[in-house]
Amino acid sequence: MRHSRNPAFRTPTPRRILDAGGRNRRDIGARVQDYFNEMFDGGAVRAPYAGLETWVREMPAELRQMKQAEAEALFRRIGITFAVYGEGGDPDRLIPFDMFPRVFTAGEWRRLERGIKQRARALNAFLVDVYGRGEIVRAGRIPAALVYQNEAYETAVAGFVPPRGVYSHIVGIDLVRTGRDEFFVLEDNCRTPSGVSYMLENREIMMRMFPEIFRENRIEPVEGYPELLRRTLASVAPEKCQGEPTVVILTPGHYNSAYYEHSFLADMMGVELVEGPDLFCEGGFVWMRTTRGPQKVDVIYRRIDDAFLDPLCFRPDSMLGVPGLMDCYRSGGVTIASAPGAGVADDKAVYTYVPEMIRFYLGEEPILQNVPTWQCAKPDELAHVLDNLADLVVKEVHGSGGYGMLVGPRATKDQIAAFAEKLREAPEHYIAQPTLSLSTCPTFVEEGIAPRHVDLRPYCLVGERIELVPGGLTRVALTEGSLVVNSSQGGGVKDTWVLAE
Amino acid sequence: MLSRTADNLFWIGRYVERAEMMARLLAVGGRIALLPGVHGYRNEWESLLQASGTAAGFPRKYGEPVQRNIESYLFFDRDNPSSVVSCLEAARENARIVRTALTTQVWDAINGAFQELRQLERTPRSELELARLTDWTMRQSALFRGAIDATQLRNDGYDFLNLGFHLERADNTARLMDVKYFVLLPKADYVGTGLDLYQWQTLLRAISAHRAFHWAYGGEITAAKVAHFLILNRSCPRSLIASVAGAAHHLDHVARAYGATTRAQDLVRAMLGELAELRVEDVFEEGMHEFLTRFIGAVGILSARIHDAYLSGEAR
Repeated sequence: MRHSRNPAFRTPTPRRILDAGGRNRRDIGARVQDYFNEMFDGGAVRAPYAGLETWVREMPAELRQMKQAEAEALFRRIGITFAVYGEGGDPDRLIPFDMFPRVFTAGEWRRLERGIKQRARALNAFLVDVYGRGEIVRAGRIPAALVYQNEAYETAVAGFVPPRGVYSHIVGIDLVRTGRDEFFVLEDNCRTPSGVSYMLENREIMMRMFPEIFRENRIEPVEGYPELLRRTLASVAPEKCQGEPTVVILTPGHYNSAYYEHSFLADMMGVELVEGPDLFCEGGFVWMRTTRGPQKVDVIYRRIDDAFLDPLCFRPDSMLGVPGLMDCYRSGGVTIASAPGAGVADDKAVYTYVPEMIRFYLGEEPILQNVPTWQCAKPDELAHVLDNLADLVVKEVHGSGGYGMLVGPRATKDQIAAFAEKLREAPEHYIAQPTLSLSTCPTFVEEGIAPRHVDLRPYCLVGERIELVPGGLTRVALTEGSLVVNSSQGGGVKDTWVLAE
Repeated sequence: MLSRTADNLFWIGRYVERAEMMARLLAVGGRIALLPGVHGYRNEWESLLQASGTAAGFPRKYGEPVQRNIESYLFFDRDNPSSVVSCLEAARENARIVRTALTTQVWDAINGAFQELRQLERTPRSELELARLTDWTMRQSALFRGAIDATQLRNDGYDFLNLGFHLERADNTARLMDVKYFVLLPKADYVGTGLDLYQWQTLLRAISAHRAFHWAYGGEITAAKVAHFLILNRSCPRSLIASVAGAAHHLDHVARAYGATTRAQDLVRAMLGELAELRVEDVFEEGMHEFLTRFIGAVGILSARIHDAYLSGEAR
């Protein structure tokens, strides 16, 4: 029986939640049945989301709007903003924050954790190998050209082994879920994966706004990340460093879109945030300019690309780097994290071989699966890709941020034709993957709650030990039916929970 | 502390203080404009432009110095590097760069001001009384200073932040006095007239020291008393001597923490020494304008020495 109500005080009922799912189902046809809904299994609520069901059912619409406004005000006050490259406009744009958390059980997480650590270990073993003897190439497990002619292969560091044999100290592994037990690795980020500040701030803001759900659910904390990161970086200080290592974060500067993150991390870790001109090299060491004179720097967590690190070694026009830095690095005066050259492990063509790396270096079977990938550089695979463009996702080998990619099922005929042209011109720059049925998670939308596609980026730390905080950044495609979650393409973020046992 | 960080902190202090000075100048102008003119037209606004040190850019863009244009220029105009909007934006950008060196409360204060400023810019000008703009600015800088005072760690960063405030304040008070003495009242005939008195009162009001002056001196307002108050009285927080003493205090603090003095400490002590010995008669003898010009020059040199010693990154 329905009671008449003031529409402003309407409470969403569980029926409404299911309705939202049902409407979606009609809209994009039968395919939606393929999408794994992380909260609902048929009509029933899956166990990890049980605690959220009442929470959302009992939240009146106007409270929800108030909280959403409060969250936005908090983000703005804290200063978390995100500038989109090449877009101009408001440099203080916020990444949309969705208050509906994404939840993993302890069991689900355990498996992910093992898989992520395994992958991080293999990627680092690969990097040490390809800048050393290149056993994996000699063994014929990966084509030599793919490694040594790779744009990201840094001849400047060939033969050099960084402290503890770690090239990639922060490995961001992008995962998607397609079923109850099905996870795929979408890509690896071995250079400087960004977004971890959102993982931390999303949690802070959720705890501030909804303390009661944190009391009722036992959620693993993520706040230890900055300290773990600092310890990880300190553990890879060069041998020449005596005493407590000085760690700094090197940023391209306050105009960079990720500047907030750089400054946030520096703050939480209690280290200096430096720009290139703050550093100089002398006597085989790197120094920062302080009000009391030069101070030696032992570990640089850089958030600038290899090409800009040192104008004497790489791009001579770089104003962001430090002249002489690479000499200090190679002579063991300073550690750079991630190590120059780490990018060769995370390009989308090398990605195909990561399962091989796991078998080759660790003698284990991969715990996390790769997405089947066609390499357009190979003529027969290119032919297949061209024939099936309408069903595939095509990405640039060196691209990131969701730019320059084609999502076949969502593209027009003209877009597909234009992309086919680009493919034929430079096939080696592209790879193709099937369109994955990314799982959906309930998300607050205009009309209430509806399923939206999500991915996950956990941040694995590699130093003396390999560490992973229980959580990560969940990105959500806020547009109905969209599979592109990148913040540069209008995606949002969610707090990610791992339930304690 | 990174030299660049210290530099950012120093400039945050200067910009916030300068924004306040611009608001105070506008407030002075608003009051003077209520007085019957004596020059045929209200050239008081012109003199305010002179005092702000930004007169050169005005005629090109606006022509006649009428109140509304001056308000636009000194408050909202981004082409004027010293307008309230420019100063607060620069302060906020500097703060964003050194976000980690500021407490949440301090960041909130400056970032909140920045967000409110954007709202003000969207408000129709017809709804914005001058008093609302000037009060708002002074309230923001008070909030900001209060947050610093209540929450910032008393380390070298605190010293550089305060050095910015004190140097800018010394400079601003000197400029305000200069506009009164040199520009507003160029003819000796007016000295001691009702007009002269009104202008001194307005000046005191502009630095929120009208009642303080009466507490300190009582009786008639005279040029000598006001000059003493604004130059030589340590109990007036905006006097030249109080500002220089403040700068000296923070430079000493830095020198003690670092275990070394620089040419900046030498100069600030010399300046403080001179002010401590100075009598009002000496100022009048030298000529108020000449004295103030010399003082403003010395503040400029002090700022350059602080830069060389600490902020440039060339320290060894």
